[in-house]
Amino acid sequence: METLIGKKLGMTQVFEASGEATPVSVIEVGPCPIVQVKTPEKDGYSAIQIGFGAVREKRNTKARLGHFQKAGVSPCRLLREVRVDDSSQFKIGESVDVKVFEGTDKVHVSGTSKGRGFAGTIRRHNFTAGPKTHGSHNIRAPGSVGMCATPARIFKGKKLPGRMGGKRTTTRNLKLVEIDTENNLLYVKGAIPGANNGFVLIQKA
Amino acid sequence: MARIENLERRFLKDEEFDFDVGDTVKVLVRVVEGEKEREQAFQGVVVQRKGAGARETFTVRKISSGIGVERIFPLHSPNVKSIKTIRRGKVRRAKLYYLRNLVGKAARIAEKKRPTRTKRS
Repeated sequence: METLIGKKLGMTQVFEASGEATPVSVIEVGPCPIVQVKTPEKDGYSAIQIGFGAVREKRNTKARLGHFQKAGVSPCRLLREVRVDDSSQFKIGESVDVKVFEGTDKVHVSGTSKGRGFAGTIRRHNFTAGPKTHGSHNIRAPGSVGMCATPARIFKGKKLPGRMGGKRTTTRNLKLVEIDTENNLLYVKGAIPGANNGFVLIQKA
Repeated sequence: MARIENLERRFLKDEEFDFDVGDTVKVLVRVVEGEKEREQAFQGVVVQRKGAGARETFTVRKISSGIGVERIFPLHSPNVKSIKTIRRGKVRRAKLYYLRNLVGKAARIAEKKRPTRTKRS
């Protein structure tokens, strides 16, 4: 079991005994009920489908409700398929919680980053800004985007202004500071993608 | 956010902090030097208090051998052993950044005669 679904609660800090304050992101993780188990014999690969978060019954389609009913699980807001080495050790209807992260040192956290709208090159690609004074007309402009008659086009992948954020992002190798099994919480050092109350996937590094 | 505030509660100190911006305070800080541990005092004027919950900090300014020194302390840090109010100052601002531009007599703060209860204690 390598991956779980969680909700980003926000950031705070944790004081060590030495008096040092560590910045942490708090994630509410699981418990995630197992809704479906995929086996190599039937599906060609080994994986489990886990759910997270409660949702009202009328928010589901009949097909979705039937899927949950079959597993004997109350409807979940989110469903995600997670690859496991051996799915035979998981049973439908059981749930997995933060305890799987016990003994883990580092994690990867994936989520949808905050949308920044149409952003310029300075914000989007860390371009440097031009001088603000001395008659400068090049304060936040992207500069030259290519050559002349050869090749007479702009290369693909050229860094230009455009929509920024709102994409799936993974912050890798975050130190796991604390596991609160009682409240199903994970304290991870540093920032994680997305806004507060956003959904994230937590994976063992 | 409410959830985070509840989680921060375990780091909060039980004592009530009875000081405000403009007050002169003496802060005892734990200093670890190798194996040894001792307490160091830092005395000066509180220039600001900011943040909330366990993340609240305050800045103390003092003139040390002619040079202005400002130190920011996390209010609930285990390294801040005690905060003693020595003198209550009468100020009309929440942040006393203007003190940075003043020296000597001009940098004095009038004493508050009858200390009223502070809002954030």
